[in-house]
Order: sequence, then C-alpha cells, then structure tokens
Amino acid sequence: MEQLIIPAIIAIAVAFFSVYGLTPFVIRALEKRNITVVDVNKKQKTMVARPGGLSIIVGMELSLIILYIFFPISEILAVILTTFFAFIVGIIDDKKTMGGWFKPVALAFCSAPILLLGAYDSNLAFPLFGTVQIPLLYMALVVFMIPIMGNTINSIDVLNGVASGFITIASFALSACLFIIQNYEVGIICLCLAFSSLAFYKYHKFPSKIFPGDSGAITFGVAYGGIAIIGGVEVISAIAILPAIINSFLFLSSVKKIVEHREIKNPVTHTDDWKLQSTSEKHAPITLVRLLIAKKPLTEKQIGYEIFKLGIFSGILAIITAFMMGVNI
Amino acid sequence: MSLPLFSFIFAMWVLIIIGGGLMVVFIGPLSFSGDGQLDPLINSGVKVLIAMILIFIWVLTLLKIKNWIFRKIVNS
Repeated sequence: MEQLIIPAIIAIAVAFFSVYGLTPFVIRALEKRNITVVDVNKKQKTMVARPGGLSIIVGMELSLIILYIFFPISEILAVILTTFFAFIVGIIDDKKTMGGWFKPVALAFCSAPILLLGAYDSNLAFPLFGTVQIPLLYMALVVFMIPIMGNTINSIDVLNGVASGFITIASFALSACLFIIQNYEVGIICLCLAFSSLAFYKYHKFPSKIFPGDSGAITFGVAYGGIAIIGGVEVISAIAILPAIINSFLFLSSVKKIVEHREIKNPVTHTDDWKLQSTSEKHAPITLVRLLIAKKPLTEKQIGYEIFKLGIFSGILAIITAFMMGVNI
Repeated sequence: MSLPLFSFIFAMWVLIIIGGGLMVVFIGPLSFSGDGQLDPLINSGVKVLIAMILIFIWVLTLLKIKNWIFRKIVNS
C-alpha cells in the first residue's frame, strides 16, 4: 500500500492540473477557429466552444501512462487504449453527425484491448450472495458494457456542467468502493478519472465556457466502464450511475429505438423567465430532466443540482453495496 | 427534492441486489450434462437464456414503477 502513495499523488496531480491548465488553451483555439455551438438554454445567444474532449483525453492518458510506468500491468494499458479509441469515435461523431447505430457499434470494437489483454476477471461479483462464473457470457458483457457506459454518460450531457459534475461524483464514489474492497491500484486509476472530470467541471459548470462534446462525454463514460471491468466492480459501478441509467432507460422506453439524440424532438421548452419546462409535445421523449421539471419549471442551474443530488444518493448506495460485498449470506 | 425519483433509484438498487442473488443462487450452479464437448456451450447458452428472461422481467417491473412514478408526478 505504501509504495502506491507517491505514484498515486503524481498521477492524480497530472490528471487534475493537465486538464485544468490545458482547457483554457483548447477554449481559445476553438473560439479562434469558430468551432462553437449555441447554448440553447441561455436567453442571450451565447456561443460556447465545443468539443473539449482533447483536454480530457490528454489529462486521462498522461496520468495513466505515468501510473503504467510505475506499475506496468495490463489492466492500466487496457484502460489507456480503450479510452483512446473511444475518444477517436467521439471526435468522429463531433466532426460529422453519424447515425444512431454508429456509436454503439464503434464503441463495441473499442472494448478489444480489454479482451485481448485479458484485463478482466470472468467472475461477476454480487453483494451478499457472492460471485457467479460466466466465462463466455462475461466476454459478451464486456463488449456490451463499453458502448452502454459511453452512451449513458453522453446522453446525460444535456445541461451546463451535468456530464462532468455527474461523472466526478460517480467516479469519486467508485474510487471509495474500490478502496473498500481493497483494490487499491484500480482505485487510483479511478481517482485519475475523478480529478480529470473535476478539473473539466471548472470550465463546464454553469455558465459553461466549453462543452465536452461526444469526444469528452464518451471518453468519460468509456473510461468509467473500463475501470469497472478491470476492477471487477461492474454491479457497483452501475449502481453509482443509476440516474444516468434511468435517463437512458426512460429515453429508450419512450422512443423505442436507438437514435442519435440530435434527431429527436426536444423534451423541454422555456418559460418567459427562461426556466425550463416540460414540453406539451406528445411525441417528445421522456427523460430525467423532463421528469425533474414535470411538476414545476426550474432553472438550468437548479436542474443540474437536482441531478447531482440524485448522483450523490446513488454514490451512497454504491458505497453501501461495496460494504455488502464483504458479507455473504 | 424529487422524492419519487429517489424512490425509483432505491427500487432499482433493490431489484439489482435481488436479481444478483437469483443469478448466484439459482443460475450459477446450473449444469446440463449431455453430449461431451458441447456441455460448456449448452451450459452457457441456457444460462444466457435464463439471464435474458430475468432482465426482461426486470425491465418490465421497472416500466411499471416508472409509469406509476410519472403518473404520481404529473397528478401532484
């Protein structure tokens, strides 16, 4: 444990300060080249730089490469490669809007490093009841889990600061869980993700100076999914992001097909004082945001905080689950 | 505070733990002996099928809970 402390501090510092320092340069570069989008939830027409995935991937990869120098284990290499490939998929989607099936299929291929490097344990661990061995099924689970995690975090990237703030909460909770089950190396990898997203949140929070775009949100989601697989905490990781899973679940159960989110009707409209309210449009999908504003209109900032409260609640449930892992009925 | 949404998350958590218990206690130990080399494949195939049925029931249950919560939010 002691030998992990110094590499951990260095990697975490690199993760935080590289994203914190690089993002303003990315914002300026994007604004200079006019690579901006309208922030649709602002009364005044505000242009915001997008995508910010570059600073996120640099922070993540640098910190993980430093960790890999100290601990050359295949698990770290698998996360480095999987996250990088996912970033490429995200950048392609940022540059050119692809069809609804592009991301899930392309991200499924991104899980190859985890499978080829054998950086997983085919025992699926459940709280209270122990583990179940599913060698073949587990490989399918890896292929499904990477796109699901990437798209789940991408689908919650709807308001200022939500995706980065939410993944910060979830990855801090997952780090705590990994330390509870004494998986320290993977816990440190997860802390690198937590500090990268925390640094990005500084610029993404309301009012946003930059949006992560598909490249940023997918990088967050896939890194999180990869960490869950190599750490053997698939169930706990899913519990920590339950609000985002609910969002995807509500969306899919109302739309009933996989579509690119830019192709669907906006489920929210604005009041005169520019609060967000649920649309009366019959065919608009049900989402987490729409549920939060179904009762009364809320400001963008208020909705963000409501989602964070749900994230903290799920994080607490994930930590309780981690403690339950040590108990067998 | 959106109490129904917190309840929904809590219900999902309980369903995950119960579903996990079913996987470990009932599906995990299942074994189908048959034609020599095909055994592992048959075992995995049947387990996948049962897991899919469980997921289907899980999603159906969640849909019922979601509809109930959405109605509750809209009516309040």
